Amino acid sequence: MTETPFIEPSFLFGRFNLQAIPYHEPILVVTFLMVAIGGLAVLGAITYFRLWGYLWREWFTSVDHKKIGIMYMVLGIIMLLRGFADAIMMRLQQAWAFGGSEGYLPAHHYDQVFSAHGVIMIFFVAMPMVTGLMNYVVPLQIGARDVSFPFLNNFSFWMTVSGAVLVMTSLFVGEFAQTGWLAYPPLSGIGYSPYVGVDYYIWALQIAGVGTLLSGVNLICTIVKMRAPGMTMMRMPVFTWTALCTNVLIVAAFPVLTAVLALLAADRYLGTNFFTNDFGGNPMMYVNLIWIWGHPEVYILILPAFGIFSEVTSTFAGKRLFGYTSMVYATVVITILSYLVWLHHFFTMGSGASVNSFFGITTMIISIPTGAKMFNWLFTMYRGRIRFELPMMYTVAFMLTFVIGGMTGVLLAVPPADFVLHNSLFLVAHFHNVIIGGVLFGLFAGIAFWWPKAFGFKLDPFWGKCSFWFWVVGFYFAFMPLYVLGLMGVTRRLRVFDDPSLHIWFLIAAFGAFLIALGIACFLIQIGVSILRREQLRDTTGDPWDARTLEWATSSPPPAYNFAFTPVVHDLDAWWDMKQRGYTRPLAGFKAIHMPRNTGAGVILAGLSFVLGFALIWYIWWLAALSFVALVGTAIGHSFNYNRDFDIPADEVARTEEARTKLLAAGVNA
Amino acid sequence: MRRLHLIALLPLAAALGGCNFVVLDPSGDIAAQQRDLLVISTLLMLLIIVPVMALTVFFAWKYRASNTKARYEPEWSHSTQMELVIWSAPLLIIICLGALTWMGTHLLDPYRPLDRIAAGEPVPADTKPLDVEVVALDWKWLFIYPEQGIATVNDLAAPVGRPIRFRITASSVMNAFYVPTLAGMIYAMPGMRTELNAVANAPGESRGFSSNYSGAGFSGMFFRFQALSDADFNAWTSEAKASEERLTRAAYLELERPSENVPARRFADIDPTLFDAILNMCVEPGKMCMKEMMAIDARGGLGLEGVANVLPLTYDKHARRGTVFGGAPSYVVGICTPEELATALTLSAARPASRDTALVRGAGLPLPALSGSLPAFTPISLPSREPRESLLGPRRPSNS
Repeated sequence: MTETPFIEPSFLFGRFNLQAIPYHEPILVVTFLMVAIGGLAVLGAITYFRLWGYLWREWFTSVDHKKIGIMYMVLGIIMLLRGFADAIMMRLQQAWAFGGSEGYLPAHHYDQVFSAHGVIMIFFVAMPMVTGLMNYVVPLQIGARDVSFPFLNNFSFWMTVSGAVLVMTSLFVGEFAQTGWLAYPPLSGIGYSPYVGVDYYIWALQIAGVGTLLSGVNLICTIVKMRAPGMTMMRMPVFTWTALCTNVLIVAAFPVLTAVLALLAADRYLGTNFFTNDFGGNPMMYVNLIWIWGHPEVYILILPAFGIFSEVTSTFAGKRLFGYTSMVYATVVITILSYLVWLHHFFTMGSGASVNSFFGITTMIISIPTGAKMFNWLFTMYRGRIRFELPMMYTVAFMLTFVIGGMTGVLLAVPPADFVLHNSLFLVAHFHNVIIGGVLFGLFAGIAFWWPKAFGFKLDPFWGKCSFWFWVVGFYFAFMPLYVLGLMGVTRRLRVFDDPSLHIWFLIAAFGAFLIALGIACFLIQIGVSILRREQLRDTTGDPWDARTLEWATSSPPPAYNFAFTPVVHDLDAWWDMKQRGYTRPLAGFKAIHMPRNTGAGVILAGLSFVLGFALIWYIWWLAALSFVALVGTAIGHSFNYNRDFDIPADEVARTEEARTKLLAAGVNA
Repeated sequence: MRRLHLIALLPLAAALGGCNFVVLDPSGDIAAQQRDLLVISTLLMLLIIVPVMALTVFFAWKYRASNTKARYEPEWSHSTQMELVIWSAPLLIIICLGALTWMGTHLLDPYRPLDRIAAGEPVPADTKPLDVEVVALDWKWLFIYPEQGIATVNDLAAPVGRPIRFRITASSVMNAFYVPTLAGMIYAMPGMRTELNAVANAPGESRGFSSNYSGAGFSGMFFRFQALSDADFNAWTSEAKASEERLTRAAYLELERPSENVPARRFADIDPTLFDAILNMCVEPGKMCMKEMMAIDARGGLGLEGVANVLPLTYDKHARRGTVFGGAPSYVVGICTPEELATALTLSAARPASRDTALVRGAGLPLPALSGSLPAFTPISLPSREPRESLLGPRRPSNS
């Protein structure tokens, strides 16, 4: 640790001074210049093309769940680039720092890099993308016009952005935590991390956590209360079921994170002793609490991915999902069990054998419903007609990859085996195996699957396949060596090595990371190429995959009101059932549709939260007080805004639907 | 068992000739048993993983859209027999694995004193385990050998074939004590004591390290572990005895300060109360020991008077200067004199371990044993209430 000099907080700037700007670190200066140039180019382009008004009116202030969903995905993809940059820096450092070399990153920097990588990938890549997909798809799947609380949805999104911006700020102003992604005390306490790093961590997660929690409440309410008539719980699409369970997990787990971070903040700001060594504090409580949130979090990410794979498999196999009921029960069982396993993250903390075996065995029990799900997908493929479009390719890659991750996971759940593998690169390989092979492949499958719904044209298959192969092969190259290294007794978060026999494995892993970089590049190119070639890739039917659930019943992209008439559901695969029974679109009799109005309050509240977080991190108390008062004032002020809704007139609905009728007819004739 | 692990290694062995798979091929008996469990669990799971992977590939190939000869049943989506199979197959495997886990976890509980040196070789009745007190410091390891009266930094040695009992704590932040050739890891935590029982079975030199990230000097926080023959171990001990350095409290406080990539050091003489003082965070003169504090609290505490019983810290390990709203950092002043404390600590250290060494029983852990009330100090102003014994029973990780 470079010893941080003690800074007497000044009234005006708090702890902030020029030393806080890392202009003496060339890597950060170059990064900053690149970000600044790129950012200025984007801002310049927006100004040049006069897009500010459009963006503000149509996107930033939008309460439309579809637009918010897309904005979540954009946030996730941008943060993926940052998180991946951290990943490749770690791979380079570990491949470099052999034979007496210190590598190119000093401890102060390297320790921030791996902490930021974990935080960003979980909170600002996986979470926004999962939330984004749920936001986009769930209301459409259940035949709703929007989510239950449209403004809350907009506010949740901007709070997540605010947290992400705070983490990004730490790159150029001050530092980020050097504690690992869960910031265990006493290391994260004020005694051992006296500077701003851990405070950035705390406030970024607290602000983003508000967003996550509220979006969880919103989606639960939407799923429970806003399903189309006839859609009983057991007729809900599997993705909606997994979204429901995930949001139940969010609502039950995130308050624990909020509480534990608040306690840590109290230790750091108020001198309390919850997790300190002295004065009756106990860091083991933190470890327990953070994992009581942390383990459900894993399922928060993976359950929607399971849902995506279910939708994709049955669509591309052209077949009903095998064992829908057992799929639903498996999801619910996983939801419940995910609260009974947290201790498996610290078998090595000295619990008794009975406690350890209890948590080991509950962990293994989770693999039973998960295994059942795997078989359900397998038997959905059985006697199907499988079209290997990109989403289905990701699904097969997932099935092959995820079982390996599942197996190593159960292995780590055997406490005596965990004693030799805990905190090792084997563990690192395991969770990347399930998160990349499960969550990320699921998200890519979901993006490729629902992209035509969101934009009205398919993604370019060539670049998609390039991206797929680079990702899959890159994954194996990057993480199988880590399994090997784990069995060689190499643990995580090391910065330098002196055993030359390890070197080759780190080189292979770095090569894998390079392949993944190509995978990400191809993914971005795929999006660019698809936008350029959108006329060739155009889908006018609204149902390009011959799919089964309700979102495919409406146009692509769907109109603001989603469905001109609320559909009535008679069967599990509602749209498939409608197609089988020769459903015809109603062409007349449209009524005015009541819709929520856009508002800028979400952006303002989240902006003020950012300022509040920044002021608290830097001890700028006047600014904290001011922004807090402004925050509460704006929230109260917004509650007096009664101008919240409007009606889309019946003739406008008629015009929109008429346009679609023409499009459909043109598609049939062509 | 040997044969099993060889089979598991076969495909790897060809490709990875030069690599040292220490986790799969450890020399210590405990680590070897942990390895066996790892290999058996893997094989057990492969029973189901391999068919699933094979079926995935087979179905994906057979039912591809271009293969119009394959049967296509778009409405087939339920089969009770099939459902039974897909739930019960994983269930059966997990039942086996669960039983294995229950037994293995109890048998290989790091707190459990060893009952065998190696397979078929029980611990002789008169063997006393070698005690090693381990302290994770920023960023080096301190090993205290109370029996030999020596201490070392970043240099651990043990005689082959004699059980070793590690008692582990840390001075500032969490670490994990891990010697892959010897046994699995366990956390080292400040103010807490964890335990690890292990044995070295073959002479040789290997490496131990911290496996829980602990700050800037973490990567350099490793030590040499030597498994030595009895004669070599005695020679090693007398070498340390010949050292000029003494591990007094003052020397410890100097050693405790953060330093990175520390070379091995040896101390010829130790303060016998030092480990307990480190554990109870009262090495600094005048600081009240946690043990003392807990005993006071167990008898009802000092009430409001206790709040005043603090003094400001003059030095702390890093840059702790208190929190912005929390006032200056401070510590609780000791009530006993250092001499009283020394007697108290020696007395309590002499108390026999309360762990049950019997083999695994179905009912799991024994009930918390009611150990005798704390000896030694009876602070003057305390209300003489009976100690609540439940508070004094063994806890893990424990402070006493």
